[in-house]
Amino acid sequence: MRYIPHSPEEQAVLLSAVGVRSVDELFATVPKEVLRHEPPALPPPASEIEVRRAMAAMAARNANLSEWTSLLGAGLYAHHTPAFVPQLLTRGEFLTAYTPYQPEVSQGTLTAIWEFQSHVALLTELDVANASMYEGASAFVEAVLMAERLTKKRTKVVVSKGVHPEYRRCLKTYLANFPFTIVEVPVGEGGATDRAALEKAVDETTIAVAVQSPNVLGVVESWAAAADAAHGRGALAIGVVNEMFSLAVLKGPGALGIDIAAGEAASFGVPPSFGGPLVGFLACRDAMKRQIPGRLVGRTTDANGKTAFCLTLSTREQHIRREKATSNICTNQGLFALAATMTLSVLGRQGLRETALQCLSKAEYLKAGVRAIPGPFSVAFSGRTFNEFAIHCGPPVGDVLARCEEKKILGGVPLARIAPEEEGWRDLLLVAVTERTPREGLDAFLDVLRSFPS
Amino acid sequence: MSETMTPAPPLTADPALDRRRPSASLFDAPRPGRKGVLLPPLDVPAADPAALFGAAHRPEVSGEVEASEVDVVRHFTRISQLNFAIDTALYSLGSCTMKHNPRLNEETARLAGFLDAHPYAPEHLSQGSLELMWRLEEALKVLTGFARVTLQPSAGANGELTSALMIRAAHAARGNPRRHVLVPDSAHGTNPASAHFAGYEVVEIHSSPRGTVDLQELSAKLDDDVAALMITVPNTLGVFEEEILEIARRVHAKGAFLYLDGANFNAFVGKVKPADMGVDVMHMNLHKTFSTPHGGGGPGAGPVGVGKDLVPFLPVPTVERRGDAFVLDHERPQSIGKMRTFYGNFGVLVRALTYILSYGRSIPEVAENAVLNANYLRKRLEPFYHLKYDAPSYHEVVFDDKRQAALGIHNIDIAKRLMDYGFHPPTMSFPLIVPGALMIEPTETESKEELDAFAEAMIAIAAECETRPELVKTAPHTTPVTRLDEAALAREASKAGSFAPVLRAKPR
Amino acid sequence: MTAYPDDRRYTKSHEWIRLDGDIATVGISDHAQKELGEIVFVDLPEPGEIFDAKEEFGTIESVKAVSELFLPVAGEIVELNKALADEPAAVNEDPHGDGWLVKIKISSDAELDELMNAADYEKFLEEEERKA
Repeated sequence: MRYIPHSPEEQAVLLSAVGVRSVDELFATVPKEVLRHEPPALPPPASEIEVRRAMAAMAARNANLSEWTSLLGAGLYAHHTPAFVPQLLTRGEFLTAYTPYQPEVSQGTLTAIWEFQSHVALLTELDVANASMYEGASAFVEAVLMAERLTKKRTKVVVSKGVHPEYRRCLKTYLANFPFTIVEVPVGEGGATDRAALEKAVDETTIAVAVQSPNVLGVVESWAAAADAAHGRGALAIGVVNEMFSLAVLKGPGALGIDIAAGEAASFGVPPSFGGPLVGFLACRDAMKRQIPGRLVGRTTDANGKTAFCLTLSTREQHIRREKATSNICTNQGLFALAATMTLSVLGRQGLRETALQCLSKAEYLKAGVRAIPGPFSVAFSGRTFNEFAIHCGPPVGDVLARCEEKKILGGVPLARIAPEEEGWRDLLLVAVTERTPREGLDAFLDVLRSFPS
Repeated sequence: MSETMTPAPPLTADPALDRRRPSASLFDAPRPGRKGVLLPPLDVPAADPAALFGAAHRPEVSGEVEASEVDVVRHFTRISQLNFAIDTALYSLGSCTMKHNPRLNEETARLAGFLDAHPYAPEHLSQGSLELMWRLEEALKVLTGFARVTLQPSAGANGELTSALMIRAAHAARGNPRRHVLVPDSAHGTNPASAHFAGYEVVEIHSSPRGTVDLQELSAKLDDDVAALMITVPNTLGVFEEEILEIARRVHAKGAFLYLDGANFNAFVGKVKPADMGVDVMHMNLHKTFSTPHGGGGPGAGPVGVGKDLVPFLPVPTVERRGDAFVLDHERPQSIGKMRTFYGNFGVLVRALTYILSYGRSIPEVAENAVLNANYLRKRLEPFYHLKYDAPSYHEVVFDDKRQAALGIHNIDIAKRLMDYGFHPPTMSFPLIVPGALMIEPTETESKEELDAFAEAMIAIAAECETRPELVKTAPHTTPVTRLDEAALAREASKAGSFAPVLRAKPR
Repeated sequence: MTAYPDDRRYTKSHEWIRLDGDIATVGISDHAQKELGEIVFVDLPEPGEIFDAKEEFGTIESVKAVSELFLPVAGEIVELNKALADEPAAVNEDPHGDGWLVKIKISSDAELDELMNAADYEKFLEEEERKA
């Protein structure tokens, strides 16, 4: 096979050096009842030409966002990836390195992760960020578990229903065997978390209060209100963000009292790739850093005074503390933390702001367009939004999407798809824009809405 | 006698003038006013964020990098050159299966239809992605013998946790979730951590003198409160559990599940179906056995295969074939729920299926050559390094530093010296039952001359331990940075308020 | 070899305890600090917390290891060695002096008699060495 260098002659030389006559002898301690001598029931080996053809045929059966106008979002936003990012990302030095356990030969990866930590800390306005988590939902779960270790002996987690339903579902899955209760607080009429209900739900047993902003309805929440509700009862405040560009126009959670921020950073140079791999993040205050899950890179100098980076505070992790570790996470999202770092570096202070302003402006344009339609559509909530909002549809949401499809438009995410349990959200269509969405696409979508009788 | 290393003369008048050395970080050299991107002109009226958001408005992310594309490309290219990678040479890191990453896999994962596919696109417009997931599950079923495979877990440890949660749900459905999970002392650290996060107490089983599970101790600790045994085959010593069938029999007799940590699947892929060994549930690391790149620490993917008893508990959604169409099935009432957003690390799944299709039915050659190469290195190095457990090796061999320690030289010194020879060191931090471990896993993708070069480097270092010990103890000498004072860093990082510039750039 | 001061008692888990009135000072032995290597962090409980004898009251960390700390006798934490937050290396440099960990108010000194004196502890260490 092309990925195994040995010729048959070389293999024979190795076998004889090892002192066996055949490969079978190497497997002598495998119980003979289970060792198979016939090949597995797979197709014959295939060339690059054949495999590529088969894969391309499958890929062609997807609607791809570069050919369609897309208003899909709901936690995953298709922003532009700068051209150099995938090219540098596939350099073998980055792509084919392992976790940087040996700092002397891993300064490339370590430098980039330290820069990732710096970007996340700056954006969230918190002190410390880790080297990445798998993706947003598990990062959120880790934030809750971290809060539990910090508050000790408390038992209740108060979560806004504005937090992405998949994140909440994950929380229930991971916490199924812990003695915690999860209390979900509804959103109010404006689309933001019901403040009175939130305050009522928090008490002396509360570990943390979690809100997402912009929330799953696209509405910007008040970090400060969540923080006040939590801190008033000695609980911690967790802020979830899954559209990180919002932090270029909105104050970071850390600036408004949130203790731990967690979520998804895939907006920065990580392609949607049918939902993964993405890149989760987790950031917190300095006083909490010893409870942070996952890897952390620190900066120091070597014996010659050269700046050097190195994994640190490793005693928190599973390979040392085993069942007492802060998390079981080992492999995380190194390569996509690098993609995010590369993208943030080239966007920089100005590019971040300009991109965020384009997202905001296009969403406001679309919103104004929806409001101007005399027909059976309206903007569902009065709360401020960033690049995503919910449209209340008179006709069935499925019919709207079908008509969009005829115009090669992916017309948004029905909230019923991600939160089927929410009766009140059944007629809502969630639409999102990015800097990639041209005005013509937005106008075409508005034309589709206008085609429904008023 | 102590030997002092003479530093090499600087090649430039001042080391700082060497442009091959990157500046430490893009945050260190602010270049106010520089831009790296140009956006299209705004084609809609500009919104006013200050008016919209009021007090919540943030005028800018101050302290962010300001750089041109050229600055950024050069920075990342230069730092990349400071990394050791499998593309450069044999990467001996045991348990990590650092094999060659075929570039075809990168190309297929970047096909626009896959890369630019949104997970919330309607199912009928996502048939390519769903078919890919279905086909990968089928292929993994063929290789493992399991009834179903979930592709959702994000990495190996996440697959372990998924497994532990399913085990618990299955026991709970029978009326008693049970309390304990047995884990051998040679296991990866993620095993006990994952069992703990599923709500289990971990009970350790000691290894026998052969390095395998001690059957007597297993039986003594197997009671009706044991939910599962988490076992690694071959174990972290590279030793196959010869008694695996008996172990499975005893575990099942107590109504417990046998969980297999598939981190070492590379030793028997295509040769043994884990389900045939009595395994009920197993995670696989696609970034190990199926060659998806490690990317400097992820992304991975940790699919989990299960026997029929655990199928009802799989995470949602599963991918089902209905006639010619592929659909997502969310209606699984006994499911443990969701382990992450969406459906898994899809891009990693594309790479893995590409790899499996490339090998097809010749995939047993992977295991055969991986085991052959490890045994070849064992043969070459046995005269020079101590082998604590001498049972037959599979995909990896675990030496230790017993002979060199007598000279005051430890595994870490040998590892660091190996860098000067251009190789990545072996694993040292485990198995915990081998102090001073040097765990070597060459994988099947190394040629004879690469194996020989590695062996000769190790042999040369064994000689240096006797003749030039200081050279070894102060290694590495040729790497971008020298050995770091990790204790000083950890002390600094632990201090209150030390976050900048230790754990992040100092805010400007 | 370090002389172990005989003004105190030692445990098999390598803590020492020195009584002064009804307040006792607790630390780890020179042997323990050597085994751990360079200590980077000490996690100690808050004053006012009460522990049983042999109960875990904190942890001590080197770069790549964590050890639990067990209280030699039952008591209430009354004081922490605050200097260790900035200078954990004191435990390495002076384990029997400046590197002390906590002061506790003990409920009874009966339990102290069950612990080893310096000579017994040295003998215990020699035996451990032989076994390894």
